[in-house]
Amino acid sequence: MALTETTTLPASSGISRARLGALGSIGLGAAGLLTFLLIWEAVPALGLVNPMMLPGPTDIPAAFRSEFASGMWFGAVLGSLSHYMLGLVLGAALGIALGVVTGMSRVAEDLTAWVVRVLRPIPGLAWAPFAIIWFGVTPTAAVFIITISVFWIVFFAAHGAVRAVDRDLLEVAEAFGFRRAHEKLLKIYLPAAMPGILVGLRTALGQAWMAVVAAEIFGVPGLGHRMIEASALLATDIVVVYMLTMAALYGMLDSLFLVTQNWLLRWKA
Amino acid sequence: MESVIAHVIDIRGLSLAFERDGRRTEVLRGLDLAIPRGAFVAIVGASGVGKSTLLRVLIGLAKASAGKVAVSTTSAARQPVALVFQDSRLLPWRRVVDNVSFGLEGSGVSRADRRARALEALGIVGLADLANRWPHQLSGGQRQRVALARALAVEPEVLLMDEPFSALDAISRESLQDEVTRIWQVTGKTILFVTHDIEEATYLADRVVVLAGAPGRAVADHAIDAPRPRRRGDAAGAEIVADVRRHLGGARGPAH
Repeated sequence: MALTETTTLPASSGISRARLGALGSIGLGAAGLLTFLLIWEAVPALGLVNPMMLPGPTDIPAAFRSEFASGMWFGAVLGSLSHYMLGLVLGAALGIALGVVTGMSRVAEDLTAWVVRVLRPIPGLAWAPFAIIWFGVTPTAAVFIITISVFWIVFFAAHGAVRAVDRDLLEVAEAFGFRRAHEKLLKIYLPAAMPGILVGLRTALGQAWMAVVAAEIFGVPGLGHRMIEASALLATDIVVVYMLTMAALYGMLDSLFLVTQNWLLRWKA
Repeated sequence: MESVIAHVIDIRGLSLAFERDGRRTEVLRGLDLAIPRGAFVAIVGASGVGKSTLLRVLIGLAKASAGKVAVSTTSAARQPVALVFQDSRLLPWRRVVDNVSFGLEGSGVSRADRRARALEALGIVGLADLANRWPHQLSGGQRQRVALARALAVEPEVLLMDEPFSALDAISRESLQDEVTRIWQVTGKTILFVTHDIEEATYLADRVVVLAGAPGRAVADHAIDAPRPRRRGDAAGAEIVADVRRHLGGARGPAH
């Protein structure tokens, strides 16, 4: 008994110390969050700020329940997610397509170089005037703005990743008789560039989320729009509900993306 | 006698030059080489003499400036030649079995048949049980075996090997040398094996062709008739090693 105890002690204490470390950082994180919530609650409660201007966290659940019960919350989430997804898919598809073409072909790269130089610095939101002139204050306008924001990020990621593809692997394709562009694209370029493209997509995921809210603040129905409506009525608790909703949705989407990315890149060391 | 044997590779007056920064570099000039079906030929020479370039011309990765290169083929294989690179060059995003079946894609072979043939090729190199690994999980020797299986899977007439074992440790190298000898004996493939290691060449091949000079040309052609299985460093081999070495040295002298 005593012998087994002495032999197992170092290992088990090592494990428990590691567990304590993990638990410790979770505990610290929770403590930090709690402190944040307490300060947030105290500031309006102590009258440091008018509660009309800053609702405390304890006011939020009730506000959420009423928004949820009226169906407003669900409608806004659905609206935003549909703009987001559509813009993300369109922007990513165009960005990957053009990025891959300019990455594979020197001619395409040179042809687009100056256009890219002119258009790239224009922020997605600077397209809002044209989005509204062309499409009105409609979901299409929001999708347009999001698409542009996503496009540039994904375009540059895909272009760079394709340019960096190992020439040696392209030779493998040629040595085995795959000499046509589409064969090299599918067998070498795309899989080899995938890690870089995914990094761009993940950045775009966050950028698109900002573009959604911004586009909706112009009046396209969704989270951003509902938030502005609430603020006009000084319903600051509802504004906070939507701010937290944005954080939660983005967190979920990003986690989902990470899981997918890890699966796609499971071949990496 | 010689004319009766069908040559699977017939190289006549092969020259190759490329231009870089306005300077013309001649890599090969007037190379003649005929290789009978089923032969195991080693090509030795110093680095930069155009050994790898010769293989690149045969596989279609480089274009001859002059001369004729003919690879005759009896089978309907899409690829009469397959190349094993010096570094394994496996595709890291494909599992081992999918790396091996790579060359079979787009040739009308069904997915199931491709897999079956890949597993068969992996069996030949003794790695069937690693079929579902990722390349990064393999050792250097295993990766090179997979690369060999990938080349064998397309059932080429000629197996080209470009210093395939030079990056391996001595133990892996020796075991792969014996493996290639065995595979050659079992499959009867023609093997063109490029190496800078004279001992390796004389241990493996029936015939050792020495390339030397700049631009490179064939300066010696030795038949190695030592019986198999061979022993490393046996007397007959050592004699030829010395002779090849003399040819290499002799050819290098006047060229510079």
